[in-house]
Amino acid sequence: MCLAIPVKVIEVGAGPGDDWAIVDLGGVKKEISLALLADVQVGDYVILHVGYALSRLDPEEAEKTLALFAELNSVGTGAP
Amino acid sequence: MKYIDEFRDGEVAKNLAASIRATVEPGRNYSFMEFCGGHTHAISRYGLSDLLPATVRMVHGPGCPVCVLPIGRVDMAIDLALNHGVILCTYGDTLRVPASGGLSLMKAKAGVGNKCGDIRMVYSTIDALQIARDNPAREVVFFAIGFETTTPPTAVAIQQAEAEGLANFSVLCCHVLTPSAISNILESPEVRQWGTVPLDGFIGPAHVSTVIGSRPYEFFAEEYRKPVVIAGFEPLDVMQAILMLVRQVNEGRAEVENEFSRAVSRDGNLKAQDRVAEVFELRREFEWRGLSVVPYSALKIRKKYAAFDAERRFALEYRSVPDHKGCECGAILRGVKRPQDCKLFGTVCSPENPIGSCMVSSEGACAAHYSYGRYKDMN
Repeated sequence: MCLAIPVKVIEVGAGPGDDWAIVDLGGVKKEISLALLADVQVGDYVILHVGYALSRLDPEEAEKTLALFAELNSVGTGAP
Repeated sequence: MKYIDEFRDGEVAKNLAASIRATVEPGRNYSFMEFCGGHTHAISRYGLSDLLPATVRMVHGPGCPVCVLPIGRVDMAIDLALNHGVILCTYGDTLRVPASGGLSLMKAKAGVGNKCGDIRMVYSTIDALQIARDNPAREVVFFAIGFETTTPPTAVAIQQAEAEGLANFSVLCCHVLTPSAISNILESPEVRQWGTVPLDGFIGPAHVSTVIGSRPYEFFAEEYRKPVVIAGFEPLDVMQAILMLVRQVNEGRAEVENEFSRAVSRDGNLKAQDRVAEVFELRREFEWRGLSVVPYSALKIRKKYAAFDAERRFALEYRSVPDHKGCECGAILRGVKRPQDCKLFGTVCSPENPIGSCMVSSEGACAAHYSYGRYKDMN
């Protein structure tokens, strides 16, 4: 029910009104509503839930989390 | 896909599992509740519990909207479709939830006696609004269920209907609140008094938290001394959150930590929160399947938008209906029992023919265990 997926915004202001966007969903283009998220730009990744963008993904934070996995790995496996 | 594939890497998962094994203290048991059905599903689908040491136990929580929807609420939706002649729009998840008299929305759609409900599955409130525009002579009701993730889209739809003067559109509001359910679990006698459900911490919701932020969980960390780690729904997110919880327990900390920082901030999505606050207010009480009647745990439509409230428009009354006698959904939703403890599990109750709500949605504890975990029990 709360399932949602990260999608890439490829066009803003296209659709029935200003607060609409077109996103790329694994190769499929889809119109979504931006009524719930401010300042969305082309190129942003947003979390799409039941037709609405709910949150913007922060690429730097994502990198930090992935780096943390790597750091923990070396602890877990005893590698240097 | 970006932001998905890199969070599903099997080798990294094995290494995270090794980190968890290296971090747990010998002789100590850890019991964590994943509140969300999304996490329950990820744990079952990716077999994460098999990667964990035997001393780390995951307890499934009540964060599956379809699972906690009581029979009486589904009965109201069926009543609208069969006896008020409306077009009832619903998310697909609710179609098979068992209701009174062996009915479900699906069966009401197929026909009951000489009546056939006009029940339509929608992906979005946007689709429900379009159905209302396309059918000006018919009443169109959206059956709104879900936690804080799904509430803002309903708020947008109600405001949009008002802006357009879409007088034939209304909403049967069954939206519920995550923090109220967590409080209810923490205050339950099984956790607080009897200790039959040991809880050392929570994995906090992913997408709910994108909306409400991490701040609402600070109360639980401070007041109940329970660590909370907000985590994304991908398997590596869940593994990392478990590691962070184990560390907090070892170090005697009870803090809110955010593993899902790529999408969740402390304040959450203020635009969405404003929309929700504008349209909805707290409901004095709401019955949850499993948790019984919980005060101030759900939302209702404000008087300002009363014209779009299906409960008012059709003078609907809620009637509480007990669950099937043999069904353990209630205990499973409170973390007291596991799906395999229910005698109906996998015998008369299966995803094809669910008796209880936890067998309906793929996020339900029973459906998740049936689909991915039950073979392990047989060996």
